[in-house]
Amino acid sequence: MRRWTWRYAPAGVFLLGVVALWQAAVEVFDIQPYLLPGPGRVWTAFLEVRGVLPGHIRTTMTEAVLGLAWACVAGAMTAALLAGFAPLRRAVYPLLVISQNIPMIVMAPLIVVWFGFGIMPKVLVVALIGFFPIVVSTTDGLLRAEGDLVELARSYGAGRLQVLRTILIPSAVPAFFAGLQISATYAVLGAVIAEWVGASSGLGLFITRSQTAFRADRVFVAVVVIAAVSILLFAMVHLAARLAMPWQYAQHTQAGALTETPTRSNASSRKDVR
Amino acid sequence: MTATDARPARAPEAPPGPPGDATPEAILVRGVSLTYGGETPVHALADVDLTVQQGQFASLVGPSGCGKSTLLRVLAGLAPPEAGPGVEVRVDGQDARERPGLAAFKPQRDLLLPWRRTLGNAALGAELSGIPRAQAREQARTLLGRFGLEGFERAWPAQLSGGMRQRLALLRTFLAPRRVLLLDEPFGALDALTRRDMQEWLQEVWTEDQRTALLVTHDVEEALMLSDVVFVMSHRPGRILARIEVDLPRPRGLETTASAEFGALKAEVLRTLAAGRSPGSTQP
Ligand SMILES: Nc1ncnc2c1ncn2[C@@H]1O[C@H](COP(=O)(O)OP(=O)(O)O)[C@@H](O)[C@H]1O
Ligand SMILES: [Mg+2]
Repeated sequence: MRRWTWRYAPAGVFLLGVVALWQAAVEVFDIQPYLLPGPGRVWTAFLEVRGVLPGHIRTTMTEAVLGLAWACVAGAMTAALLAGFAPLRRAVYPLLVISQNIPMIVMAPLIVVWFGFGIMPKVLVVALIGFFPIVVSTTDGLLRAEGDLVELARSYGAGRLQVLRTILIPSAVPAFFAGLQISATYAVLGAVIAEWVGASSGLGLFITRSQTAFRADRVFVAVVVIAAVSILLFAMVHLAARLAMPWQYAQHTQAGALTETPTRSNASSRKDVR
Repeated sequence: MTATDARPARAPEAPPGPPGDATPEAILVRGVSLTYGGETPVHALADVDLTVQQGQFASLVGPSGCGKSTLLRVLAGLAPPEAGPGVEVRVDGQDARERPGLAAFKPQRDLLLPWRRTLGNAALGAELSGIPRAQAREQARTLLGRFGLEGFERAWPAQLSGGMRQRLALLRTFLAPRRVLLLDEPFGALDALTRRDMQEWLQEVWTEDQRTALLVTHDVEEALMLSDVVFVMSHRPGRILARIEVDLPRPRGLETTASAEFGALKAEVLRTLAAGRSPGSTQP
């Protein structure tokens, strides 16, 4: 706990400094609040909109999480197909890479036009943005599974599906989470952009409304909230990764260095779950 | 099977023997050659003949790079030998060419799955052979003590020492319900003292088990300590230079290595190895 605090202390101090400088600049140069509100004013705006924010946050977060979930499912399944069938991979993979140059911010209005103003088009935008990093990373992970491990499984008579289940999928889990972490970074932003086009609730809508009312202070509130929500989502993904890959986080105590003849007492477990 | 089984290391539910006229050879290799393709083809095996009888412990010694691992991979059904008349690769009476799964194979590296704990890794071979997961793990649990892994059932491979990793890889191999074991340098990476302990231990485990074993090693004393028969391989491309019977009484220990017979056998193996090193002598 103490180490954790120390690690982030410098960043915290720096952030406080920036905020103080910002407040000072606004006051010294007498900048108009509709151009750049000071932190104090943003705080006041936050207190004003405190009541409506949770609803917007819930909407945006729902879109982001659902979109990510779909990206995970579709991404993992596509990766399995691409890794399993080389001809398909050669046909689809280049297109997949090119598709990354389609600017989502331009596509979002179209998607909303196609699918209406409900939550669905937003989820779709998040899923589309999140899909690519997961597919690429997971495919890579599946293809990079150690050949010797695959051979080991085959030497016990394992078939294709057994090799996939016991060797390939577990080897690709770290790569999958690496991709998911990138996707999660863009998920909230994707939802907000989709909401700009048209929504009845959400942080994107809140920003549009604040802008048309020239309430820069409220836009800043939204910016801070979006950052916070993004960090929350990122932390959730990180936690999921930890739970899914306990071996990566286990303490690397060289047990055998201490005990070639193991002691019975400490580690004997009641039941092996995995 | 219970924890108090008198012969704990026996593979539970070994498959029934070959049908009808049982061939006594558990391992039969005839005329096997293999060349690795690629930019510079590597001629790894040249006309290898070798047989191991049921229940025997055999060793394969040879200089490194001579094709020992390649031969085991052929027997494990992972590397197809060159086709030809009279070429035979049989494990437990069945053609093993491109048919993995007939023998329990321990590759040169321990190849533990980093995402499985000790029990899960131990049970892998049994699981892949169709034994239900829970049952496979229960069998693994009963043998943990015998393999010096008691108390570490929930450890990840990265938390185990080199010796423990090797024992775990051996446990995984022994737990696969096969009657033939192929062991590729199981103690290669260990220090001399641990190695000696592990050899004595393997001797005990194998004696309780009585399965056919083919052990690859470049350590002549290790081969003589453990084996009923030692095959000496030439420099690459690997051929069998000699088949040497080891008739020393078991269990063998430190006194065995000090005996005159042991010394004579060791000299014989070393002489054969040396003869195989000069290029001219690789021709029959
Ligand atoms: N997959 C492979 N492709 C090409 N050459 C290989 C391959 N595996 C092994 N070799 C070569 O074949 C020879 C025999 O290798 P190996 O059977 O591993 O020898 P040993 O186990 O006796 O040390 C070596 O020269 C090695 O470099
Ligand atoms: Mg080798």
